[in-house]
Amino acid sequence: MNSPVLAPENSSGFPETLIKSNFSLKLWLIIAWAGFLILPWYAAYDGFWSFIWLTDGYPTFDEYSPGILQITMHQRWWLWPVALSLLVPLPALFLPRTDARHAAALLLGGGFGFGYMLFQGFVLGLHGWGWDFLGDLFGPTTLSQFGLGYGALLVCGGFLFIFTQGLAARGAIKGDIFVSGTIGLSIAMVTAFVFYPVGKILINSLKNDEGDYDFSLFLEKISSNNIWSLACLNSELNCGVAWNSLWMGVLVGVATTVLGLAFALLVTRTRMHAKGFVRTASLLPIITPPFVIGLALILLFGRAGAVNAFLEWAFDITPTRWIYGLTGILVAQILAFTPIAFLVLIGVVEGVSPSMEEAAQTLRASHWQTFWTVSLPLMRPGLANAFLLGFIESLADFGNPLILGGNYEVLSTQIFFAIAGAQGDLGMAAVLAIVLLMFTLSAFYAQRRWLGKKSYATVTGKGDSGMHVRLPKRVAWGAYLTAMPFIVLSLVVYGMILFGGFVETWGYKHNFTFKHYIDEFSIHWSEQYGIIWDGAAWNSFWTTLQISAISAPLTAGLGLLIAYILVRQKFWGKDVFEFLTMLSFAVPGTVIGVGYILAFNVPPIEITGTGVILVVCFIFRNMPTGIRAGIAAMSQLDPSLDEASLTLGARSFTTLRRVLLPLLRPAIIAALVFSFVRAMTAISAVIFLVSADYDMATSYILGRVEFGDYGLAIAYSSVLILVMLGAIALIQLAVGKRELGRRDSEALTI
Amino acid sequence: METAVEFKHVTKAFGEVQAVREISFTIERGKLVTLLGPSGCGKTTTLRLIAGLEMVTEGKVFIGGKEVTRLSASDRDVSMVFQSYALFPHMTVMQNVSYGLTMSRLSKKEVSEKALEGLDLVGLTGYGGRLPSELSGGQQQRVAVARALVLEPEVLLFDEPLSNLDAKLRRRVREEIRELQQKLGLTTVYVTHDQEEALAVSDRIIVMNEAVIAQEGTPHQLYEDPVNLFVSNFIGDANLVKAEILRIDGDEAEVDIGGIKLKLPHRGISPGKVSVAIRPQSISLNGAAKKGKISATILKASYLGEHVEYSVECSLGELFVVDNQMETQIDPGSSVFIDFRTRGLCLIPES
Repeated sequence: MNSPVLAPENSSGFPETLIKSNFSLKLWLIIAWAGFLILPWYAAYDGFWSFIWLTDGYPTFDEYSPGILQITMHQRWWLWPVALSLLVPLPALFLPRTDARHAAALLLGGGFGFGYMLFQGFVLGLHGWGWDFLGDLFGPTTLSQFGLGYGALLVCGGFLFIFTQGLAARGAIKGDIFVSGTIGLSIAMVTAFVFYPVGKILINSLKNDEGDYDFSLFLEKISSNNIWSLACLNSELNCGVAWNSLWMGVLVGVATTVLGLAFALLVTRTRMHAKGFVRTASLLPIITPPFVIGLALILLFGRAGAVNAFLEWAFDITPTRWIYGLTGILVAQILAFTPIAFLVLIGVVEGVSPSMEEAAQTLRASHWQTFWTVSLPLMRPGLANAFLLGFIESLADFGNPLILGGNYEVLSTQIFFAIAGAQGDLGMAAVLAIVLLMFTLSAFYAQRRWLGKKSYATVTGKGDSGMHVRLPKRVAWGAYLTAMPFIVLSLVVYGMILFGGFVETWGYKHNFTFKHYIDEFSIHWSEQYGIIWDGAAWNSFWTTLQISAISAPLTAGLGLLIAYILVRQKFWGKDVFEFLTMLSFAVPGTVIGVGYILAFNVPPIEITGTGVILVVCFIFRNMPTGIRAGIAAMSQLDPSLDEASLTLGARSFTTLRRVLLPLLRPAIIAALVFSFVRAMTAISAVIFLVSADYDMATSYILGRVEFGDYGLAIAYSSVLILVMLGAIALIQLAVGKRELGRRDSEALTI
Repeated sequence: METAVEFKHVTKAFGEVQAVREISFTIERGKLVTLLGPSGCGKTTTLRLIAGLEMVTEGKVFIGGKEVTRLSASDRDVSMVFQSYALFPHMTVMQNVSYGLTMSRLSKKEVSEKALEGLDLVGLTGYGGRLPSELSGGQQQRVAVARALVLEPEVLLFDEPLSNLDAKLRRRVREEIRELQQKLGLTTVYVTHDQEEALAVSDRIIVMNEAVIAQEGTPHQLYEDPVNLFVSNFIGDANLVKAEILRIDGDEAEVDIGGIKLKLPHRGISPGKVSVAIRPQSISLNGAAKKGKISATILKASYLGEHVEYSVECSLGELFVVDNQMETQIDPGSSVFIDFRTRGLCLIPES
């Protein structure tokens, strides 16, 4: 017990300065200055990852010059304040952090610099003034600039982090540099890639074809008969697209919630066999692009489909086109989205504390009364979430209405045709997008209102023994009868997807063939060139894999970071920030697609047509899931774990890496798997953002369907499904084994 | 005398609520100082302000003579033992104890030497390879202590470290902590709501109530000389009764409590109406046989093994009495006379 080393007078083993040096400040100053002095200022080169500028006239050529040369050689004098703002923080390096002037220099330099970068970026674009009223004020200009390039982006990042370090030095966010930087970065990213594009839609919907604001035209468009007509109620005519969408969304929301509940109850509360099978099978539709189910339905029930062919042969019934229209869309969407509802609800059904049900029974409630008065009300958050998910997924779904809709027109397809169709009416697309956004945001709001502030927390962390009450007979039978037809139909549909790819021409030539697989995925060996990937699908296949593989870790990372600051940090405006991050969940993909086109087709952020826009889109589309998974997992970790690490001298970044991340493994897997799968199967936003260089598998397949190449489409889809199964297995293997179903249910809980 | 921690007019507000209001104090190097008070009094916030886990709204904080007001927790030379121990569940005992040493960028050899010594110091030699979940509550607590003190911090902080232990273990662990602190001469700030624990381990106690410091002093001073009713009631129990100071005579005042005349230190109070705090042990109950000044009736009696607690009704109101002589046990409803002992009575200035 004798300890000379631990005696207080002998503390020589420790470095004298516990106050660590300005490492992070130096780093960001160097990065910002390098961005200004060395790297190309503008993004005029071909693609973000193209390095052609290195050999093509850098550094003196106009398009490739760094900031300093843009000022001195190319007369871009408006960049001078950027240089000045970069000088302001330098004195802070020589002042201690406790000196008020240290913080002031960082806040001034970083804040002004960041603000000015945005300001000049928006004021001056590729064709002169970025805002029309400036032209009216100052007359036309010959000045112009491109979108932000490597250099400008690094300078922006530098300014942002210098500013947040200034805030930390003033004691904000407990003086923590890493956390204040993370909050700054998250706010900047969410504002740029969620708030800005959505705002851009609002602005654009108010403009006419000439780009002038025209409020009466907006009113005319948004109240048009095409959108709101109720003619279908009393005549043969079609109703407006808004009503069509709303009706479809509500039906799908209700149906998937009821079906999902039926499955969840069967799996958790009955002695049904094959529970494992239901759990596993429920994952299949999640890794299937939604419209592939619609495609299988056409092969089954279409005019030349298997069922109709059989009916005609056996009973001489003339085939009809009944599958096209609302019926077809409903069947396809219910098949596609029920598993999501199931995964949400199974967590909630399992989470209802058995002791509450037991309490109800000791208070003389029958099984039936217990179910209706205790169990079901406690599942309210799950039911609300499941409905909201089904509703939003249905409204945002683009593929099924496109291939099965027939005359039944909905908002998502109309938005697409407004942009891709003959008239190319961006204004109309924006107006339709607003209607769609209105629906989903109202549902989002209604859900929050309905749940209110009541606490539904039934898992307390204390040992909760006891048994779940067995389902009342009536409910159990109801659940069986609801679930069985669904299971049968699903089996048939997936059989279709599996075998459809091996049939030459569905409905006409039913001979077995590998033709479609060969067309899509053939590989040749040539003496001269080595392996030749000459299948038609390879291009989009590799792009899809690449984009998904890049975006999945970024999505998971950003999602968990935001979860960390939402759960563990307090800062001003946190509620608004949380709402903004959730907003990107409530915004349908179609709307995001339109918003991205409007916002990122012109400087300062000009990324349409690149792979970057796809990656960015996936990150912000799928991030809310990562955030939710992270929040759920992190709330279970005692905050004193982080605090212990901090008081032991670890910075918050180290704390996150060494203490929190190892404990968050399940959430990390969930976020990774989910964002990877969603990137592989997404279509609604993607359809607006793909380009010749960056075609995605889903949009390629949809293109095949439109040409009637059903065999090819089905063959490609089944390959995608297999690849995703493989990828999920790989991720699980890499991070450790855990049951997938349960975790996804946590991940999907809003 | 060297100052290890100093607070100058520190205020901490969470939105509208002031958790700590304009408090100032200094803590001498090498002493164990307890922050004592009921829940919600601001004691834990004060501890977290020292650690840098919360930032002050106003005022200044000094540690080891240097201002640290705006420094984050990881930049301050403190370490903390948490109520829940906060042992990292995915690391072994050895890795837990080494964590802070690694963060201080010591060499591998030094880290393992100091960590082993730390484990030795808390009597857990040989437990290094275990996971926290494989230890008992008391052992986990010792790992938490070892992890904090191997850093040889300027200040060691304890946040209600005994609250998760059972009553028997609590007494032993608090003695061990005190012994270790005195042996190593560590400046220690200790938060608790248990006055007995505070009296047992502290060099000095800072009693907090409703976001301010109610009184600061040695355990003896606080018990014998409470400045107000709150302190007298919080450090031990006390009955508050009305009395009158008849006259001042040197240091002492002659006081009339319900007809009994006593001499008590006057504490600067002038003659007239006054309140007196009377410890429950300082009231003696005499059976009807003896003559006394104040007659009373026993309302309740609880037998607690080592002593008997009574509730008695008399002209001064209802009094709480602890009898540890226990010559006889008196039944409820009996008539008695009460008298006051010479110690354990204290005049309280009207606030």
